[in-house]
Amino acid sequence: MSYEGWILLTGSLVGISCGIVGCFLILRKMAMLADAISHTVLLGIVGAYLISNSLEGIYMLIGAAIVGILTAFFVQLLHSSGVQSDAAIGVVFTSLFAVGVILLSLFAGKVHLDTDHALMGEITFIPWDILEINGINLGPKAVWMLGAVLVFNLIIIFLFYKEIKISSFDPDMAVALGIPVLLIHYLLMGMLSLTTVASFDGVGAILVVAMLIVPGATAYLLTDKLSVMLIISAIVGVLSAFAGYFIATIFNVSISGSMAVAAGVIFAITFVFSPTHGLLSRWLARKRLQNKSA
Amino acid sequence: MNPVTVENVTVAYHRKPVLQEVSFSVPEGKLIGIIGPNGAGKSTLIKAILGLVPRASGDVYIYGKPYKQQRKLVGYVPQRGSVDWDFPTNALDVVLMGRYGHIGWFKRPSKKDVEFALSCLEKVGMKEYANRQISQLSGGQQQRVFLARALAQDATVYFMDEPFVGVDAATEKAIISLLNELKAQGKTVLVVHHDLQTVKEYFDWVLLLNMRKIAIGPTEETFTMENLQKTYGGRLTFLNQQHAIINQQ
Repeated sequence: MSYEGWILLTGSLVGISCGIVGCFLILRKMAMLADAISHTVLLGIVGAYLISNSLEGIYMLIGAAIVGILTAFFVQLLHSSGVQSDAAIGVVFTSLFAVGVILLSLFAGKVHLDTDHALMGEITFIPWDILEINGINLGPKAVWMLGAVLVFNLIIIFLFYKEIKISSFDPDMAVALGIPVLLIHYLLMGMLSLTTVASFDGVGAILVVAMLIVPGATAYLLTDKLSVMLIISAIVGVLSAFAGYFIATIFNVSISGSMAVAAGVIFAITFVFSPTHGLLSRWLARKRLQNKSA
Repeated sequence: MNPVTVENVTVAYHRKPVLQEVSFSVPEGKLIGIIGPNGAGKSTLIKAILGLVPRASGDVYIYGKPYKQQRKLVGYVPQRGSVDWDFPTNALDVVLMGRYGHIGWFKRPSKKDVEFALSCLEKVGMKEYANRQISQLSGGQQQRVFLARALAQDATVYFMDEPFVGVDAATEKAIISLLNELKAQGKTVLVVHHDLQTVKEYFDWVLLLNMRKIAIGPTEETFTMENLQKTYGGRLTFLNQQHAIINQQ
């Protein structure tokens, strides 16, 4: 596949994975937790490097999953002992992220990792970091990692669809029915951590939040059915990746930045023109009512 | 055997007690109103029974066994305001959630489950709204969807948290006839309620609650001026009004 093709594939995989996981974050009103985890996984990545002494994807994923779930756990712990949930997120997020940054700057000399890279990602280098087995070129490592995480996410959602659905809509009822709501919560946080770290190389910690939240928020405006919302969100993720790539080549700017901008533009258009929830349709509906009553 | 037995249940939020050593049991096949002022712990009592809030102490038995072993016997109608009605789902899907406890892990609702859910919607007069997005339902219709979901649980003991709050007259009627139908089937229903005027009309039994159990028993014997005074404390003007109402009835 061409250089361009790999970048588009990477971007699309980021868009699909983030788009799907993001839907659940929005419905559970946990967008802020996505922001937190997308930053604290940095500690997981650095920690994984310091322990394993390698930058292999699998160690990164394990480290990120552990720190991601720890983040969710600490937030839950503070919240249940009386700290406001947004304050709890703020405290945990900044502390763990700061530890990550300090460790990173301490060992920066030895690691092919730097703060800029972690925050912004560098999708342009991805096609050159190739997975080779027995001398056979299997394509970029990042694509394999993103693909594996996507498959994992899809399996989890497929297996636990109704449990995830009811614990998002009505957690009290879910508990009363005997569904382990807390376990489902940590499962989702695990998925979020894996998705974030797999997307890290591509779009970085800050822009991954855009890819997590914006496609889901767009899909939310376009449908009244959860399964459809997941599909639309994935499609918006892919569209953002493609549109972002072409914007970036035309204006010769950052690809990941353009992807986030493209997602934002798609959201803005939907916000105004959505046939059911858009500003325009609601305005027209109101006009019609006024005319009727007049 | 008693459908519900509560023994010495104490619940505290951040060390502030909400319920103190509440003990009671209820007979089978009755409609039981849980009555008390705001902040008396009525909803908390239901939540403590269902394990939704942690109990500082005490035990709960459903037909003689701990709730965890008897989940399938219990149906629950939470307060309507406790969920986000903008969630992307329709009325039928919400009712199907009542079946989740019976379906088990890794399985989807079967055709039978869907048919059963539809029949539950029919019982509350909502069948034609099955495919309606839940945010497009009125408050009363949303409440009826919650009732249908509890029916879909196919339980023998029901707990309902303020089902009459903010509903239209049609829904109120639908709920009452549903309660009576459940009773006729020998099911036991505990309802958190705070409209004192309708207590005598709706409920066979009452549980008067204000952090502690004040009284429990058949409405005729228990829903008295004296007990109400104990439950509501010194809110005299309010109680005088209630006195007038009770005398009228």
